Amino acid sequence: MSPVSDFSQTPALAPLSAEAVWWALAQIPDPELPVISIVDLGVVRDVRIEESCVHVEFTPTFMGCPALDLMRSQMEDAIRGLGGEPEVEVVLDDSWSTDRITAEGREKLRAAGFAPPTPRAPEPPTLVQLQRGAFRCPWCNSTATRLENLFGPTPCRSLRYCDDCRQPFEQFKTI
Amino acid sequence: MSSPSRVDLLLDLADDELILGWRNSEWTGIAPFLEEDVAFSSIAQNEIGHARALYELAARELGTDADAVAFDRPVAEYRSAPLVELRRLEWARTIARHWLYETADAVRLEVLKASDDAELAGIAAKIDREEVYHRIHAEMWIDRLLGSDEGRPRLDAALDELWPYALGVLDDELRPELVTRVEAKLGRSLPDVDPVPRGKHETELADLLEEMTSVRRSAPAGARW
Repeated sequence: MSPVSDFSQTPALAPLSAEAVWWALAQIPDPELPVISIVDLGVVRDVRIEESCVHVEFTPTFMGCPALDLMRSQMEDAIRGLGGEPEVEVVLDDSWSTDRITAEGREKLRAAGFAPPTPRAPEPPTLVQLQRGAFRCPWCNSTATRLENLFGPTPCRSLRYCDDCRQPFEQFKTI
Repeated sequence: MSSPSRVDLLLDLADDELILGWRNSEWTGIAPFLEEDVAFSSIAQNEIGHARALYELAARELGTDADAVAFDRPVAEYRSAPLVELRRLEWARTIARHWLYETADAVRLEVLKASDDAELAGIAAKIDREEVYHRIHAEMWIDRLLGSDEGRPRLDAALDELWPYALGVLDDELRPELVTRVEAKLGRSLPDVDPVPRGKHETELADLLEEMTSVRRSAPAGARW
């Protein structure tokens, strides 16, 4: 084969499609919860392509999450891997919520022992709801669980304890 | 009373969150029990995350970067409220400060969420989603201390000491709402005192900044990790 000189004929450098970018981003695991991808997590709000420039709208989860910078650089690497020029825009508004975690993402979380977040209600949660609500144990499915600590090892999680199977577990906070 | 410029408003919020985040992190490893060690560490992480986002908006207006705004200003230019600067490694005072701050912050965030400035309103709404958990935590502790024979007098003494500082977090217009909320929760009235105003720094701030910026100052060209 002759050396590739006509780049327009090279399949890898064919015009980028948004589908290809979404697929590549879906291969990036959440740095702190590698059982789900950043697409499952719902932090990619939009992908737009203008020639070789790939514009991604990235909505951070918890603002103090130390994984955000890593997610951003991994997205940029993935886009460069497709031959695109990444432009990741961090959207600092209220558009990310735990409701954006996909159904598939929730199942993966549960299977890994993290109770997925409950749906966001119109009113913010109260202590009574968090103490009395029917939060299911991801290990045995019991609702006989109690709040141990509103705060956990990362900003996104609380600690609960299951009185049936006597296991502690991490519950995603709803925001 | 003239309202502060947009960048000053961002710095009021960011400086409060950064300094309080630092103070809360001082409990990491030494809180009275493990759950509170985790709670105060996590709250500190959230507050510093909020500060970072707010500094990024301020930095854009100032034509610099967030770290420079957060760490390179002289002490006198910080706009934080003295409430967050106090070093109070004593549990009742820590809880009193935590609750007073979160209550005042909630009043301020409600106004910002309704702002015509869409960017400010958006970031306030996002911050507030996380602050809900801080408020639940603070109120849980207030109920616990109020319900205990040892806790109540200690909390009351701390609240009386910190009250003029709490009033200084908010401007004249929002202060009455803080008084209403605090008095309703405590079931008693608080003294009508002059607020300790924002920008009137306690000596503790200089010590805090000295410690917080020591690594950055040790590598002025930028540390690489």
